[in-house]
Amino acid sequence: MIGSMLVWGLAPLGNDLISALIAGWGLITGEPGVAYPGVVHLFALSTALLFGFHLVLTLARAAWRTTRQRAKHRQLLRLLSNPSETRPNTLVLDHDMPVAYCVPGIAQSVTVLSRGLLTKLSPEEQAAVIAHESSHLDQRHDLLILAFTAWNEALPWLPTSRLSLDAVRQLIEMLADDKALEQVRRQTLLKAIVTVAAAAAPEAPGSAAAGSSNAQQVGMPGGEVSSRRLQRLLTPEEPLAKPQRGLVLACTVLLMVCPTVLLIAPRLLAW
Amino acid sequence: MASLGDLERSVMDLLWDSAEPLTANDLRDDLAALGTDAKELAVTTVLTVLARLEKKGLVIRERTTRPHRYTASSTREDHTVGLLNDALGTAQDREAVLARFIGGISADEAASLRAILDTVKSA
Repeated sequence: MIGSMLVWGLAPLGNDLISALIAGWGLITGEPGVAYPGVVHLFALSTALLFGFHLVLTLARAAWRTTRQRAKHRQLLRLLSNPSETRPNTLVLDHDMPVAYCVPGIAQSVTVLSRGLLTKLSPEEQAAVIAHESSHLDQRHDLLILAFTAWNEALPWLPTSRLSLDAVRQLIEMLADDKALEQVRRQTLLKAIVTVAAAAAPEAPGSAAAGSSNAQQVGMPGGEVSSRRLQRLLTPEEPLAKPQRGLVLACTVLLMVCPTVLLIAPRLLAW
Repeated sequence: MASLGDLERSVMDLLWDSAEPLTANDLRDDLAALGTDAKELAVTTVLTVLARLEKKGLVIRERTTRPHRYTASSTREDHTVGLLNDALGTAQDREAVLARFIGGISADEAASLRAILDTVKSA
């Protein structure tokens, strides 16, 4: 969106992106001999720049706020949790509700497990949960979420920003599940998910009474896990064949490269 | 000599476990009773730790008495619940802070998943 406004705004200034950018710079510095592009094109240019700055600023603000909240969370963790006896970089929080999460950090990330999780899950199921968490940490999924949350915040009225955030959120869960499946059985991961989820969804029939009271205390929101994620685990689909995967990858790359190349091609050919 | 972070934790533990407000002197004595390395602990060090904890909002200072007496601002359990709320909450600004194992799951989803797993197990 920003790119199209930028390109359209620059259109009268040159036949390709590079010369138009050079002319645009000349326009800003007041160089003589640059043709005035007209109010409409100038407006488009300004809007594009404004949105660009808006996005970058929102991202920076979100990053700062996130870092501060994480620091505060870590501080409290230090007072309230105990290091796990068996696992490195893992803290145990004294609470009955089965919960697992991680606090990503630049220097050191930690995984936090609740005592409830350790008592309610078998060792294999715990391993599944930890494999899932550590792949979130290893692949720095928090940065992806940070970027997409910030953009959704910057442009809340734009449906694509919300849709992309939802998609990314689901995809990283699937990625982490896949990574966990390299170490544990599908059945084990599913059982771990359902145990953690059942304690968190108090109105689910058959969920333990203790779990439900805790869930209410903690104020667990419901209906968030994508059914796609669960369906995918229940009925695994064959991964795409190699040529198909290659095709998808090629299309993705072309989609990004083509417009850019076309915009600068005249200049490249002229050289 | 224990680090300030460790001392903060010990002080908080004492305040959480204590039924009534404590003075810095009480805390120093308790800390000395706890560990051998805390023997030479100065009251000023305890006061420094308490000031840091007060700034963080974890400790409340009663200024009406002399010497000042200190209490924990809320219970250990409340803080734990607060942490879990951080981890589980869906507030948008929390989203990026932590990554959790499972978000929520709707009651229906949990029930159907459980049913499916049960049939698989019995089969």
